[in-house]
Amino acid sequence: MNSNKLFKTFVYICLLLLAISILVPVAWVFLASVKENKEFYGNPWSLPQGFYFKNFLDAWNKAGMGEYMLNSVIVTATALVLLLVIALPAAYCLARFNFRGRNILNTAFAAGLFINVNYIVVPIFLMLKDGDTFLKNLFGGGFLLNNLFVLALVYASTALPFTIYLLRSYFVSLPFEFEEAGYIDGASYFKTMVKIIFPMARPSIITVILFNFLSFWNEYIVSLTLLSAAGGSKTLPVGLINLMQGQQAKAQYGVMYAGLVLVMLPTLILYVAVQKKLTEGMTVGGVKG
Amino acid sequence: MKKHKRQNSFIALCVAPATLLFFIFMVYPTIDVFRMSFFERGAYSPTENYVGLQNFGVLIKDTRFIVACQNTIFLIVAVTIVTFALALFFAACLTREKVRGNSIFRVVFYIPNILSVVVISGVFSAIYDTKNGLLNSLLSIFSGKAVSVLWKSEELVVISIAIAMVWQAIGYYMVMYMASMSAVPESLYESAGLDGADKLTQFFNITLPLIWTNIRTTLTFFIISTINMAFLFVKAMTSGGPNGASEVVLSFMYGQKDAGLYGYSMAAGVVIFLFSFALSALVNKATEREVLQY
Repeated sequence: MNSNKLFKTFVYICLLLLAISILVPVAWVFLASVKENKEFYGNPWSLPQGFYFKNFLDAWNKAGMGEYMLNSVIVTATALVLLLVIALPAAYCLARFNFRGRNILNTAFAAGLFINVNYIVVPIFLMLKDGDTFLKNLFGGGFLLNNLFVLALVYASTALPFTIYLLRSYFVSLPFEFEEAGYIDGASYFKTMVKIIFPMARPSIITVILFNFLSFWNEYIVSLTLLSAAGGSKTLPVGLINLMQGQQAKAQYGVMYAGLVLVMLPTLILYVAVQKKLTEGMTVGGVKG
Repeated sequence: MKKHKRQNSFIALCVAPATLLFFIFMVYPTIDVFRMSFFERGAYSPTENYVGLQNFGVLIKDTRFIVACQNTIFLIVAVTIVTFALALFFAACLTREKVRGNSIFRVVFYIPNILSVVVISGVFSAIYDTKNGLLNSLLSIFSGKAVSVLWKSEELVVISIAIAMVWQAIGYYMVMYMASMSAVPESLYESAGLDGADKLTQFFNITLPLIWTNIRTTLTFFIISTINMAFLFVKAMTSGGPNGASEVVLSFMYGQKDAGLYGYSMAAGVVIFLFSFALSALVNKATEREVLQY
């Protein structure tokens, strides 16, 4: 019995250590974001002397984080809408209809699960760059690079394999009676899909939205590559990298930590609101890109 | 007949956009990685010259690339082993032991997974800072003398990155295994307990074999994702520095693109493609076991 108690203590110590190693640094960043610059030269464990909100104002206005936040909202929302509009009908047909080429497409999308967007970001960049050169010769100006909509389109396209895989596995599990009922009532294929099938897929759709929201919001390599113009629009994580590099040279730590808080706050709020759905949903998907 | 036609056009309309975008932004760029590795193309000379295997010939003699390969392999092995060991341990603790605050631990452990790698690199720059960092000051408190370890020095930088990667990944895989572990019927543990099997034996003889299918799938995806995550962490935390000591293959590839050597960059891309496919096939084969039912 004694060894059992010892083991239980050991388990609690391990659990607490990991929890502390996660909570303390994150909380520290929150506290550091309201510290004045001179406070960073003393003991790192000292609490902030006041609530120096100017860090946030500087990050929002001077460092451009406000504008980057808006860009991130636009890109993430556009990419999510595009993704759902494109992936839902495709996943539905791939799951429910027999047609020529279906198996090839299913295999192709499944193979796409193994291709990470960062493996192919350079050819995507060059493809868009060549497209811009072509358009410049034709019309005198290109619009493919440094374009928020194109970035959103790339996000949506590269999320297709995972999203279609997840939605398809749900659609496959439904009995065919649902559609037959729709057809007997005289509803078209399109109407049956939108009015009967999609509402039933709501839990899967929410999972898709949650996971892709996090991946689009946090993504920075593709954004860094495709929005490369100096002084052009940037998304939040790329703006944060610039802020981190710039502020370390100028040793203005407070503004940098305020920037960190601005990037992670939306995801943390979302997480607190839906953490149950998120951790339940991931077992449906089972894989992550 | 008319119905058949309507059905076909409906299917075409539904499937075409996804297929088109998938081919433009995934299939074509993937083929292009392989094609371009045989060409020489620079940032300021848009013409392509066929150079055969020359890019690869230069690549295998490039010391920076060799360091990048070593770092990638080290990170894959170290991060995978530590993450899986810890994730399985914590998942077993939270499902098998009646721990108080069970759900709070689960919620907290998952937090790093929802943060951007850029945010994590910012958090870890506060931890690893030499003068005022959390880690050094903690070590100073416990050892009683001033500690100033250079966590991002050439010797330690890869280990520091590995720690950050494990920190980020544990929660996700733990939650994954908790789900499959809680599906294992309680009666198996009860009868094993009556037979006198201790907790460790139960874990290795009941839990692990029964969730093996899940471990296998996640392992394959984890390896691919580690190659990618290593790049994200290196790019945000060190940009490959100091002196290329923390370079990984993907960050090397990206660096060559920034230097304007597109063909050369894609030769490194081909290496990482083939390497990751070969590795996941190998892992898939090596972890093959008879599927157990319960």
